[in-house]
Order: sequence, then structure tokens, then C-alpha cells
Amino acid sequence: MCGIVGLFLKDKSLEPQLGAMLSEMLVLLTDRGPDSAGIAIYGSSAAGHGKITVQSPSPEADFAGLDSEVAKEIGAPVAMTVKSTHAVLELPADKLEAAREAISTLRPDARVMGVGESIEIYKEVGLPEEVARRFDVSGMSGSHGIGHTRMATESAVTTMGAHPFSTGPDQCLVHNGSLSNHNNMRRKLRREGMKFETENDTEVAAAYLSHQIATGKGLGEALESSLNDLDGFFTFVVGTKNGFGVVRDPIACKPAVMAETDQYVAFGSEYRALANLPGVEQARVWEPEPSTVYFWEH
Amino acid sequence: MATSNLAKAVTHEDQHAAKVFDLSKTTLRELNQALHDASEGSNHTNWEIINPKGSHAVAVGVELPLQIDVRGSVGYYCAGMNQNSTITVHGSAGPGVAENMMSGTVVVKGDASQYAGATGRGGLLVIEGNASSRCGISMKGIDIVVRGNVGHMSAFMAQSGNLVIMGDAGDALGDSIYEARLFVRGSVKSLGADCIEKEMRPEHIEILQGLLDRAGVTDAKPQDFKRYGSARTLYNFNIDNADAY
Amino acid sequence: MTYHNPPTTPRKSATFDDYAMSEIRRAAATGIYDIRGSGAKRRVPHFDDLLFLGASISRYALEGYRERCDTTVVLGTRFAKKPIELKIPITVAGMSFGSLSGPAKEALGRGATLSGTSTTTGDGGMTEEERGHSEKLVYQVLPSRYGMNPRDLRRADAIEVVVGQGAKPGGGGMLLGQKISDRVAEMRTLPKGIDQRSACRHPDWTGPDDLEIKILEIREITDWEKPIYVKVGGARPYYDTALAVKAGADVVVLDGMQGGTAATQEVFIEHVGQPTLACIRPAVQALQDLGMHRKVQLIVSGGIRNGADVAKALALGADAVSVGTAALIALGDNDPRWEEEYQKLGSTAGAYDDWHEGKDPAGITTQDSELMKRVDPVAAGRRLANYLKVMTLEAQTIARACGKNHVHNLEPEDLCALTIEAAAMSGVPLAGTNWVPGKSAF
Repeated sequence: MCGIVGLFLKDKSLEPQLGAMLSEMLVLLTDRGPDSAGIAIYGSSAAGHGKITVQSPSPEADFAGLDSEVAKEIGAPVAMTVKSTHAVLELPADKLEAAREAISTLRPDARVMGVGESIEIYKEVGLPEEVARRFDVSGMSGSHGIGHTRMATESAVTTMGAHPFSTGPDQCLVHNGSLSNHNNMRRKLRREGMKFETENDTEVAAAYLSHQIATGKGLGEALESSLNDLDGFFTFVVGTKNGFGVVRDPIACKPAVMAETDQYVAFGSEYRALANLPGVEQARVWEPEPSTVYFWEH
Repeated sequence: MATSNLAKAVTHEDQHAAKVFDLSKTTLRELNQALHDASEGSNHTNWEIINPKGSHAVAVGVELPLQIDVRGSVGYYCAGMNQNSTITVHGSAGPGVAENMMSGTVVVKGDASQYAGATGRGGLLVIEGNASSRCGISMKGIDIVVRGNVGHMSAFMAQSGNLVIMGDAGDALGDSIYEARLFVRGSVKSLGADCIEKEMRPEHIEILQGLLDRAGVTDAKPQDFKRYGSARTLYNFNIDNADAY
Repeated sequence: MTYHNPPTTPRKSATFDDYAMSEIRRAAATGIYDIRGSGAKRRVPHFDDLLFLGASISRYALEGYRERCDTTVVLGTRFAKKPIELKIPITVAGMSFGSLSGPAKEALGRGATLSGTSTTTGDGGMTEEERGHSEKLVYQVLPSRYGMNPRDLRRADAIEVVVGQGAKPGGGGMLLGQKISDRVAEMRTLPKGIDQRSACRHPDWTGPDDLEIKILEIREITDWEKPIYVKVGGARPYYDTALAVKAGADVVVLDGMQGGTAATQEVFIEHVGQPTLACIRPAVQALQDLGMHRKVQLIVSGGIRNGADVAKALALGADAVSVGTAALIALGDNDPRWEEEYQKLGSTAGAYDDWHEGKDPAGITTQDSELMKRVDPVAAGRRLANYLKVMTLEAQTIARACGKNHVHNLEPEDLCALTIEAAAMSGVPLAGTNWVPGKSAF
């Protein structure tokens, strides 16, 4: 139950402003979710490099020397940027899995929020404004991003329960609604090898899509199959390295508004999230249809 | 009709006396309180609301025949439970515009989100753009004219009143409809349970012409519309109809 | 002499008992599920499974009739400009005009007013009878929005957004054709005589994020004067209470599965929802976790019968209770004086629940103009007032015995449980032990 925003830039000249635009959109929907907020930003990384976003409840202890210790474990250089409770480690793309394992051994209390060539994820308990300020989201550039402000329904109000959820490389998902078959689906996905960190229904949706993509489906096909396999009410906004997708359940009663111009595609749970975007008055504005997959790729 | 004529006359005289509310400077509470406190015979019957930026509950519960122009797009429930006043949104409206309206006129110059005119009991709602899903859900006497298209499940459980759709209707139009009348000029993607096409008789042409006139529509002929309504097979429970659910 | 094998005693199945078999035969004959009124009739852990400890040497009792034990409750202190004050911690639950006759609704208003408490509209709008005779009236905003209008919203004393009901959490109301009279049809904007099935979700919002905006709209329409209640059925009381609070409710009304309904499927009444006793502690826990206990008031309903039930609900953390079925019984529902007529309807006094058929011999759950004359609103209202007074006196008696000068000072620690089930559900120790199943070791 929440507020969602998403922004996919077509015009490269806007990329330096992505973080600022996305965090303003999210702050405008603060009323829809007082519990936690999160943002995934798809930025750039050096060729052949990837990123791991790590979160820790005790960042001072956990992040001290983490870069050199991971570098030693994987035998490759690691650059680390610490922002409050989160740290982004940049390292050669072929060492991402090894680094992920090293982190879980070296810092058992730290959590990996996202892994990929371009994704960075920041999420915490608190209001969107606090979360955006804490991680200096406004200063970030990128090609696309997704944000979420949460009113928790049945699962805990914790950092790990905040959205976005990332369950595959460069993948993330945010959700407004409430799934009604997520417990059975979680058990099924667990049997098929997926790992879960929370009891949150949204994590199941994210893992479901990651699983579909891992079996060779494209983002569009994976979203299509979610319409048959996931029950309940949902509006999903998902990101991949190059893509941005939206789907609503067949009843489609959780709100969703989209706007498209030559410069961007934007998503908001309410129009007010879009109200300050450049040229929105002239944009094509519409509500996504039920059971219809929308996606864009760079 | 008397009240709306009065509103027009007063508006005309007080054109420059419009009271402006800037929602980037004053609160929603001050705006709605001022609209509720406006009294019969006041100088300010003409109100302008600027910078709504998707705010919710703009101009709700107005009782007097005021003329209210909202410059920009609004969030949920604009003009909710309206009585007598004429409210024009010069932009798009969020979910539930004019919900449970009693009387008066609400015009949305842009598009309307889901549940437009939900449970409305009277008055006229005109949407010049498209309306999204569930337009006219559980309507109870309101008249709604949509110049564009309407989304899925429109007129769901519609009890009474008229819904005029100049464009196309989405899936499951008029599902479980009671006695409301639906007029559609374009295509209907699918009809909901118990909703059927009905004959356009002279009295329906007359009703529809009246609705188009009130909505200021001059570019459509009633003869171009089809009428839909209840087959009344679900009015009393019959086990053989259980598949309809 | 021939030897006969001794016969075995005929034995009926515990699984296929007489009732189960009658249901199968009825379903096979009619092709429709059983519809009835009232709440769950199966036995579930209830307030009877709890006892108060009372005062002794370690605690001092208050003198009955002499030392004051207050019972006032103020509802809507969080946001409303005009909270409502009840003299007693018992209110009358929402019951629709349509389901009930006009005189019955009037009697509820009269009885509540004489007792200094409120009554509530239902899924059919506000009638002049009940507004006129109710000093404090709570106006329900339901999924159907039958009869909803801003005038009644403004002349209500509080507004209750109904999300669900204990008898049928997740379901909408029903009113079958027999009771859709001209007046009921007009109030609901429906054709006369149809089987009316109300929506199960609100037409213009879904979920707590939208509910917050709906509550904002209602507050704006009523200039932030009225307390806004949110009523939920006993399904997921912890989450539902927390979300109602987050959405901005002043008061949460929580209805357990023994709470009644005018009409719905028997299978729904008996198999969906949780017992009232099991709902209270999770709801109170949610309020405490949010720092809102006593700031957002909790009204509990579903199977409240006497002052002991009232005191126990309050001790578990409720601010007030509400009564529906019990109020109807006080008016005269299921009274043995109509036994002959109940028999003719295939029922018996105390079991009559075919409220949807509109043939109620007591004249309460009917729209039949002759039958409804059997309810004298003045006399029935007086009976309700007497009953509410007795319940209040009983609750005060218990509170004084526990040394409390206000019924709200009753605590879970004043209680013990007679069964392990009740101890686990209510979070109070099993009598004679310190054991709360699931929380502490035996």
C-alpha cells in the first residue's frame, strides 16, 4: 500500500537531474506511505565494472576497511562510496558474485540490497524526504530510476521490508497493492532455489520476475506471465539495466498515472507526482490499462 | 435549473470580483472552509483556485450555487458531494471526481481518473477528455457525459441516471447494472453481466438530446448512439445464473 | 431356543450430524446456499472463559453505591473538533433501516438517548425517525452508499467508514426482495422487490493509502468537526487496526464473528472471521505499538451480552463496546411470547434467524406494515434503556470490586482464564498459574 514513482529518460541531457527529479516526485507522494522509502537508480559504471549496494545497521563498524578486505578476497580492485547506512562497491563485473559471497562472510550483519552493472538501491525506514536527503539522491545522475514510499500492510516496518526489492542482477520492483497468494508462491520459488530475506509480498513478486527472467524470458514476457500466476491487487513498476516496465492486475484499482514526452516516460501513483515535470502539460497522460504490459528499453 | 441560471447571472455581473485562492499559498482547509462559509447573496459567487497541483478534496461539500474554476489538475475527490455549484476543472481530475454529487454541474476539461461520478445522485458531470475505469460506478441518479472514452467496468452496479459515452467503452460495461441508462456512440469492448443492448425509442432520443444540450455538445446526434441497460435477469437470485459471477 | 445376534444401537455420525444432513438435503432441493441473519452460532472461546480476580488484602475495593465509579467515554479526541461524550461505555451498533422496521430503528434511538449513548445508522441511509429520536447518531459510510448525502453527513454526530463486519469480513450486505418495500427501494434508489446484494468494497477507494484520502475528503466536507470511525470485521485485527490508525481514524470499531448481520450466507457467518475474544488483544497491541492506545479509541462488538462482557472487553483494552443482537433482544426479538408464530415459520423462540424473509413475528426485522406495529417504539426504547443501564451497573460492580474509580482502569492483570484457549487468545494467564500460552513457560 503505497506511493510509486518511476522515471525513464529518453533525453540524455536530463540524466544529471534524474536523482533530483525522482526524489521530488517521491516526496510529493509522502502521504501515501509514512513507514519507509526507497529509490533505485540506474547510473553509469566504468566499462566492465559492476556495483554492489550494501546496507548495514552499524555502518561505521561494517564499512571500515570493507573495500580492501573484499579486494583481497576477490583479487581485484574495489572502490567504495559510503552514504550513511549504505555503501556502493564498484569492482570488475566478472567478480560480482565472488564479492557478494565475500561480503556475506566478512560482514554477516550487512545486507546486499542490489547487484548489477548500473543499479544502486537506497532504502530506509522514514519519510521520503529524510531518505532522499540521507543518501543525497538529488545529486545522483542516471538513465532511469524507481522510487517507493510505503504504508506497510502485513509485513514488518524495517529497512529490508522497504521497497524497491532486487532479486536479480540489475533488477528491481516496487509494488502498490496486496498479493493474496504470495505465501504459496514463495514456497514454490524457494523449492526452485530462490532466496528470500523477508515475509513481504513484494519480494515474492520481484523474485517471481527474476526467476522468469533467469529461465530466459524477456521483461515483457515475464510481466505477462505474472498476470496468470500472481493473485491479488497490484500495480508493479520494474526496472532492468536497460528497461522500465509497468503492469496492473486485471481489476486494476490501485491508482496509476503515466506521462510520456520526447524527453521521458514517467509513472506516478497520482498525478501530483508528475505535476512539476518539465513539459508535463503537453505530455501524453494516461492510466495504464488492466492486464496490459507496458515497457520501454534503451 | 433556477439555481444554475442564478449562478450564471451573478457570475456575469461579478466577473472581476472573482475571489482567487492560490493553493501554493493557502491551505486546503482554508479553501474549503471559505467555500462552506460563503453565504447566499455574498459578493463572491465566482471563485478561482490556482496551483492545485493534484491536491485532493478540492472544493468538496459545496452547497451554494457558486461558480468555481480550478486552474490546473486535481487529485482525488474534487467536487465531492457537490450541491448546486458549477465547478470547472481546467485540467485533469484524479480518482472519484464529483463522487456522490447531489446537484449542480462539474466539468473536467481534461481526463478523469477512475470512479468518476461514483454513487452520484444528481446533477451533471461532463468529462471533455477520457474517463478511466469504473466511470459512474454505483451511480444513483447523476447524469454523466464523457466526450472521449471510458475504461473498464464503467457503470458497474449503476442504479439510476444516464451515462453518455461519445467515444468507446472498455471491458465489462454496465456489469450488474440496475436501472441506469447507458448511451454509447463508439464501440463497446464487452458488456458486463446482465447488461444488454436495448432499442433506442423516441423517448430515449429525446432524453439523450436533452443530455447533449445540457453538456453543450453540438457535434453529435442522438441517432448515432446505441442504448444499453439491464436485462434484469439477476434481479432475483436464480441458481441457473450462477455462472454470471 | 434360537440365538439372535444382539443388535447394535443405531449410531449417528458425529460428522454427518442431523444439522449437516438437513443442510445437504436443503441444498439439494433448492439449489441455493442457506441465507440467514444474526452472527456465528457455533461455540467459540468467549468472555465466559475469563474471570475477574477482585480485590482482597493486596487490593482495596470501592464501596458500591457510595464511592464513585465513572463510566464516561469520550470518542474522537484525536482530530475531531467535536468529540462525542457517552455516559456509558456501551453504544448501539449500526443496523439498517430496511433490515429493521422504522419503529425498531426509532426504539433504538430512544433507548440509546435515554441511556446517554449513541446509536448508528446502517446500510440504508438515515431515517427521520432515528435522527429525531437519537441525541447522538453515528452515520455509516458503506460500500453501497445507499441514501448517502452531505446533509445527513453534516447532521450526524460521528461518521463511521465501514470496511467490514464480523459476521462477514470480506463480504457485502444482502437484503432480499421480500424486504425491499416502496420506502426501502426509494431510499436505496433500487427497483422494488429485487434481491439486493451490496458491494463488498467501496466504490471509490481500495486499501489504506486511498482510505487516508477518503477520510481527508469526509473531514473537509464536515469541516473537521466529526469524529471519524473506521469499522472492521475480525479478520486481521493487528494489521487492520494499525492501518486504520495510519489512515487517520479517530476511532476503530472492531467486530468479532459473533456480531450479527441482517442477512448473508450461513457458510460465511460460521466460517469466516475470528471470535471477538481473539480480536481484542492484537488490536490493542497495534494501538500500543503505535503509541495510540486511548488516543485512538477502540470499540469492540460481537457477542456482548451483559456487564461482565463489557468489563472484560474494557479490561482487555477496549474503550467501549457496542451491542446489536443484544439490543434487538431487548426490543423483543425472539421473545417466547411469539412462540406459536415462530413454530409456524419452522423455528422456535431463540432460534429464529430468517430475518431476510421479513416475516419476523416480533415486528423488528421486517418491513411488513402489520407486523411492525407490534413494536411500540416508546416501550421498546424504555426496555433497551433499562438493559443498557443494567449492563453499566454490572460493569461498575465489577470495576468497584477490582478497586477502580473508572471502568477504563480495568486491566488485563485483573483477569484470569478458565481455558487454555481463552488464555492464549486473550493473553491473560490460566487461572491459578502465571502461564500465558505462547508467551511464558508453564
